[in-house]
Amino acid sequence: MKWITSLLLIALLSLAAELYLPFWSVALISFGVVAAIPQTSWKAFLCGFAALFLLWSCLAFYMDAQNNQILSSRVSLLFLKIKSPILLVLVTGFLGGIVGGMGALSASFLRSPETQG
Amino acid sequence: MNLDFQELSGTVKVYLDNRLVPHVFAQKENDAYFAQGYLHAKFRLWQMEFQTYYAAGRLSEILGRYSGSTDLLNKVDRSFRRLGMGYAAEQALKAVEANPVTKGQCDAYTEGVNAYISTLTKSSLPLEYKLLGYAPEPWTNLKTALLLKLMTWDLAGSENDFAMTNARNLFSAADFELLYPTTQDSVDPILPKGTPLYGTSDTPGVKLRVPLHADSTYMMAKGSALPLEELKPDRDNGSNNWAVSGSKTKSGSPILCNDPHLGLNLPSLWFEMQISTPGFNAYGVSFPGAPGIIIGFNDSCAFGFTNAMRDVRDYYEIQFKDQTRKEYRYNNEWLPTKFRVEDIKVKGQDDFLDTVAYTIFGPVMYEPGYADPLNTGKYYACKWTAQSPSNELLAFNELDHAANYSDYLAAIQNLSTPGQNCIFASKSGDIAIWDQGAFPAKWFRQGDFVMPGIDSTYDWQGIIPQKENPHMVDPVRGFVSSANQVPVEVKRYPYYLSGNFPPYRGMEINRRLEQMENITAADMMQLQTDNYDLFAEMARPLFLKYIDTTNMEPAEKSYYTYVRDWDLRNDPGEKAPGIFNSWWHSLKTSIYGDELGQTKYPVMEPYDETLLEALLKDSSYKFVDDIRTPQVENLKQIATLAWKKIYPSIQQADTFGNLTWASFKDTKITHLLHINELSDPHIPIGGGTYSINAAKSDHGPSWRMIVELTTPTKAYAIYPGGQSGNPGSPYYDNFVDVWAKGHYDTLWVMSPGEQNDPRIQWKINFTKSQTTANHPE
Repeated sequence: MKWITSLLLIALLSLAAELYLPFWSVALISFGVVAAIPQTSWKAFLCGFAALFLLWSCLAFYMDAQNNQILSSRVSLLFLKIKSPILLVLVTGFLGGIVGGMGALSASFLRSPETQG
Repeated sequence: MNLDFQELSGTVKVYLDNRLVPHVFAQKENDAYFAQGYLHAKFRLWQMEFQTYYAAGRLSEILGRYSGSTDLLNKVDRSFRRLGMGYAAEQALKAVEANPVTKGQCDAYTEGVNAYISTLTKSSLPLEYKLLGYAPEPWTNLKTALLLKLMTWDLAGSENDFAMTNARNLFSAADFELLYPTTQDSVDPILPKGTPLYGTSDTPGVKLRVPLHADSTYMMAKGSALPLEELKPDRDNGSNNWAVSGSKTKSGSPILCNDPHLGLNLPSLWFEMQISTPGFNAYGVSFPGAPGIIIGFNDSCAFGFTNAMRDVRDYYEIQFKDQTRKEYRYNNEWLPTKFRVEDIKVKGQDDFLDTVAYTIFGPVMYEPGYADPLNTGKYYACKWTAQSPSNELLAFNELDHAANYSDYLAAIQNLSTPGQNCIFASKSGDIAIWDQGAFPAKWFRQGDFVMPGIDSTYDWQGIIPQKENPHMVDPVRGFVSSANQVPVEVKRYPYYLSGNFPPYRGMEINRRLEQMENITAADMMQLQTDNYDLFAEMARPLFLKYIDTTNMEPAEKSYYTYVRDWDLRNDPGEKAPGIFNSWWHSLKTSIYGDELGQTKYPVMEPYDETLLEALLKDSSYKFVDDIRTPQVENLKQIATLAWKKIYPSIQQADTFGNLTWASFKDTKITHLLHINELSDPHIPIGGGTYSINAAKSDHGPSWRMIVELTTPTKAYAIYPGGQSGNPGSPYYDNFVDVWAKGHYDTLWVMSPGEQNDPRIQWKINFTKSQTTANHPE
C-alpha cells in the first residue's frame, strides 16, 4: 500500500513539476517522496523507477500519437536503427525510470540499516 | 497567437494557410520584414544559421575537425576562408548598409529573427541543435550577407582553371582545341542567331588589348601540374525559364515559367510566402536568412532566374619578395600585402589561425602553407567578382515593387554576382530577358588557365557595360527563354564568353515553344515536367550505327533492343535511359580515358556535347584510337567494347530490379547534415541531365513555378520539400510526392478581405508593445 501510494505520489508530483522545472526535477521528487515515506532500498528503487517509467512512457506515447509518429519514426531509425516508435517510447520510459529510481534509491540510503523496516 | 514587440512601428497580421504558407499583411514595409525574419526563424532557424556557418568557414566550430573522413577544417573551412567568403560578405554588407532601403529592410529582418530566437528554451530548440549540442547565436545583417555569398558561390563559384591548365600542359594546341572547343555547332543561344546584339552601337564599350605573346607564353605555356583539390559547387547547377507573350497564349496574357535546378536538400532551400504592404504585394519564394521575395510575382509582373554560367573567377600567380609575404611584385614595384587573420574555432581543439595574404588580385588562396596536395610551392591569388561590393538585395527589393519593364530593368542593374538570366513578364503584355551581371570583359581564352600576376598585363580590363549584356525584349517569335546555354552567338560577341553552357535543354525548350500556340498553364506544366531527352535523340544514331550486334547473347540483345525502341523519354519506369547513359559514359571513358590518363593529376574532362559533335561529324575522330594498344581501333570497335564493358552491370542492375530509370538514377533529397534518417531517399521521378525536367540524383528543379499574368493572377508551383524545417512536422516534406508526380499546387494570393477563408489554419498578430514602464529622465 505504502509502495503504491509512493508510486502515485511520485508520478503525480513529477507530472506537475515538469510543467515548470527541468527534467531532472523528477529525481528530486522521487528523493523527497522516499525520504518522507521510507522504504527499503530495492523497493524504493522499483517505486521510483515504475513511477517515472509509467509517467514518461504515457506522456511520450500521448505526444507521439499527437504527432502521428512522424518524429519518432525518424528518430527511432536514427538512434535505434529500427523504425519502431513504440520502442522509442519504451526507451524514453526506461530513461525516466532510471532517473526516478536513482533519486528514490539515494533517499533510501539516507536512513541507516538498523532503523529500516 | 498574439505577439508584442517594441521594434515594430505598426501591426502585422500573418495568416498561415493549409500548406503552411504565410500571408503577411503590414502597413509598414519594414514591419513586414520583421515578421518575415520571425517566420523564417520559426520554421527554418537551424538551416539558415547552419548555412551561415558553412559560408563563413565555421563548420569545425560545431562539427569538430572531421566529419566522417572529411577534414572539415582544411577542405571546407580553410577553403572558404581563403577564398575570402567572409571578406566578400563584409564588402557586400557595406553596400547593403549604405543604402537606406536595404539597411532598414535588413535591420528589421534581423530583429525579427532575434525576436524568435529569444523565445527559445533548451527544450524548444530545433532538433539539429540538440543532435549537435549547440545553441543559436544572435542573427546579424552580416549573416544575411554570408548567406547570399553562399548562394553566389553555389552559382558563380565554379571554374576549371587548374584542370584546364593541366590539360593545356598535356596536349598540343590543335588537340586542345579539339577537346575543349569554345562553342558548338548545334546550339540555340538565348538570343537567337542573327538577333541584333545591343541595338545602338556595335562598338564594344571595353576595347580589349590581347597581351603581346599571349599565344606563345600563355596559351602554350608548359609547366608542372597544379593543385587540384578544390571545394567546388555542383557543375549541374542550372535552370530553365521562359516567358511567352499573349500572342501565343489562350488567355491573351503572358505566362512566365521558371524552375531553378539546385541541390535537393531538406530542409528545403526555399520558403514560400506572400508579403503584402501598401507599396507592394509579392508572392513567391524567399531564402530563409534574407528579406524579400526572390522568385515570384506581384500584382503587375512576374520574374525569375536561371544561372548565367559565366566564368567570373580567375587565378593569378603571385611573386612575393620573400617568405614573409609582406611584399609582392606588381608592375615592377613591390606592393605591400594586406593580411587578414582567420581565427577558426575547432570544437574540442585549439583555434586554428590562418593568415591570408590579400593582393591587388584578391586573397592568395593557394600557397605552400595551404594544404596543397601536390605542393607546387606557388602562390595563387583568386580574383572573383563576388569580392567587390554589390547590393543584390536591392535588386530583389525593387523587383518585388516593380510595376513595369523599366522598373524591372532598373532593379536588375543591382545584380552583380551571381550573373543571372533575368526573365520578366508583365500584365501590360511585355516579356523580356536580360543576361545580367558584372561580367569581366575578357579576350579569347582569358582566364581559362591560371594567369601571371606580376603585372596588370593579364588582369581584367573592365566589366562589360551593362547595356552590352545580351538581352531581348518583346521579340517577334513571342517568347524568351534560357536554360544555361550560351547567351549569344559566340563569334558575334565582342567579348570572350567563358563558362560552361550546356546546350540541350535550351534547344528543346525553344523547339517546343516555337511550335506551341494557344498555350495554357496546363501546357506549361507539361513542358516544365517533360522527360524528353534531346541529347539521346542526337546521340542514339551512334549507338545504333556503331555497336556490333552480330555476336550478342539473347539477353544482351534484349537490352540493346530497349534502347533501339526507346521513345527517348526519361520516364521513371523505362529501362532504356539507364542502359543508354551507361553506354555513353563507357564510350566517353574509352575514347578519352587513355589520353587523359597520361597524367596522374586530374584534367578537365571534355563536355558531352564536344564528343557528340565530333563523332557525328567524323567517326575517325582522333581520340577514338586507344593509344595504349599497338593497333589502331576504329569507332565500331570502341563503341562495341564500351557496350561489352557495361553489359554485366546492366544485367546485374536488372536482376536486382534497379534498371528502371527512377531506381537507376535514384533521386534523393538529402538532409543538410547528410543524416539518412532525416532525408527522403528513392524518389520515384523521371527526367535527368538533358531533360527539361532536370531531376538528377541529388539535383533538380528546386521550385517549379508557372504564372499566368491574367487579372487576377493565376499561379501554380511546387517544390521538393515543405515549409517546415522540423523533421517531426507533417509539413517537413509534404510537397515531395506532389513534386515527384509532376503535379502543382495552385497558389493563393490572399486579399485583405479574405481573413475568414477556410484555407487559413493559423493566425499570428504582431503588435507594437505598449510600453507601460516609466522612463527615468
